[in-house]
Amino acid sequence: MNTNKTVKILKEKKETILELWTTKQKAEDSYFNTDDQKEDSEDFATSFLDALSDATIEDQNSRGYDKVHEVLMGISVSRAKRGFSPRETGSYLFSFKEALLEVLSNEIEDPSILYKESLKISKIIDNMAILTFEGYIKGREDVIARQTDEITEISTPVIRVWDGVVALPIIGTLDSARTQVVMENLLQQIVETGSTIAILDISGVPAVDSLVAQHLIKTVSATRLLGAECIISGIRPEIAQIVVHLGIDLSNIITKSTLASALQTAFNMLKLEVNKKKVTYTNS
Amino acid sequence: MERIPILKMGDFLLVTIQVDLYDQLAENLETDLVNSVKKHNSKGVLIDISSVSIIDSFMGRILGNIGIMSRIMGAQSVIVGMQPAVAMTLVELGLTLTGVSTALNVEKGMELLRSKILLSEGQSDDYDNDTE
Repeated sequence: MNTNKTVKILKEKKETILELWTTKQKAEDSYFNTDDQKEDSEDFATSFLDALSDATIEDQNSRGYDKVHEVLMGISVSRAKRGFSPRETGSYLFSFKEALLEVLSNEIEDPSILYKESLKISKIIDNMAILTFEGYIKGREDVIARQTDEITEISTPVIRVWDGVVALPIIGTLDSARTQVVMENLLQQIVETGSTIAILDISGVPAVDSLVAQHLIKTVSATRLLGAECIISGIRPEIAQIVVHLGIDLSNIITKSTLASALQTAFNMLKLEVNKKKVTYTNS
Repeated sequence: MERIPILKMGDFLLVTIQVDLYDQLAENLETDLVNSVKKHNSKGVLIDISSVSIIDSFMGRILGNIGIMSRIMGAQSVIVGMQPAVAMTLVELGLTLTGVSTALNVEKGMELLRSKILLSEGQSDDYDNDTE
C-alpha cells in the first residue's frame, strides 16, 4: 500500500481535483469545449493518479509515468492539430498542477512538509510540460508534412487535353523528388488513359540547369519506353539560350515554344485536323 | 526446363511474358526467339511484358538485344505494355532501349508493327489504307 501521505490524499480527492481543474480551465480558456476537454482531462487525471505511488512521486523520470506520458502526448498532438497555441496547452497542464497544489495545501497543515510535497509535484508536472511542448511540435510537424505532400500532389496535375493526348504543366522548380512524382503521375495517367502523346509544359519552370534538363530527358525516355511520345513545350527564349550554352542535347526530343504548337504537333501525329466551322446563314 | 511460349500468328511472332523473368529464362527466350524468326521467316515480333513487374539491368539488356537481333534478321520488333514502375527503373539504370519500338498495349503494338513492316517493304502507298 502507499504510505506516502500526499499520494493518499491526491488519490482520495480525485473528484475535487477534477472539479477544480475544470473551473480553472474555464477561467483561462474562453473557448472551453466541455465535452471534448472534459474527456481528455478525465483520462489524463485518472492515468496520472494511477501512476502516482510511493516510488514514482520521488522520481519524475520514473518508468511508472510512461502511460501518463502517452496519454499526454496524444492530447498535445491532437490539440496542436486543432490549432491550439502552445501557451494554451501549457497552461492547460499548469492549471492541473494548481488544482493539485490547492488540494494539498488544504490537507497538509505543516508548512515545511507542504513545501517539500509541493516541490515534488511541481517537478513531475514541469517534466510533463516539456513533454506537451514536444507533443505540440510533433503535431505541427505532422500538419506540415501532410501539407507538403498535398502541395506536391496538386502541383502535378495531368490534364487530358484530347483523346489520346495528355498534358502536364510543371509550375515551380524541378528537383529530383518532384521529378519522381511528376514521372510517376504522368506514366500512370498514360497507362490509364491509353494516351499515345504526352505534352510536358515547362513554361512555369523558373530556371533550367543541366540537372533539370537531365530530369526532363529521363521523363521523356520513360514515356517512350511505355510506347508513348513526349513533347516538351513552353521553351522560353531564356531557356533556349541556357540549354544551348550548357551544351545540353535535346535533339532527339520534340520541343515546342508554346503549348498550342505542341498540341498542333500532337494533332499532326494523330492525323487529326482542326477546321473552322462553316457557318451557313439561313433565313428562318 | 521452363520456357516462355512463342506463338506464331501469320507473319508475326507473339511472346507474352506472364512470369517474372530470371536470367536463364531470358537467355532461353533470346535463343528461342531468333530461332523461331529463322524457322518461320517472320516479319514481326511482338513482346508483351505487361505482367512483368520487376526488371533488372540484365533483363533490360536482353530485351534490347532481342530487338536488335530480330531487326538484323529482317523482322521488326515491338515491346508492349511496360508498367510505369518498370519504365522508371530502366531509365534510372540508364537503359532507354533506343532501337526498340514500344507501344502501350497489344492492339497499338500490332498497328505499329504492321505500319513498320509496310514501311520497310517500301509499300508506303498502302500504309494509309491499312491503318484507317
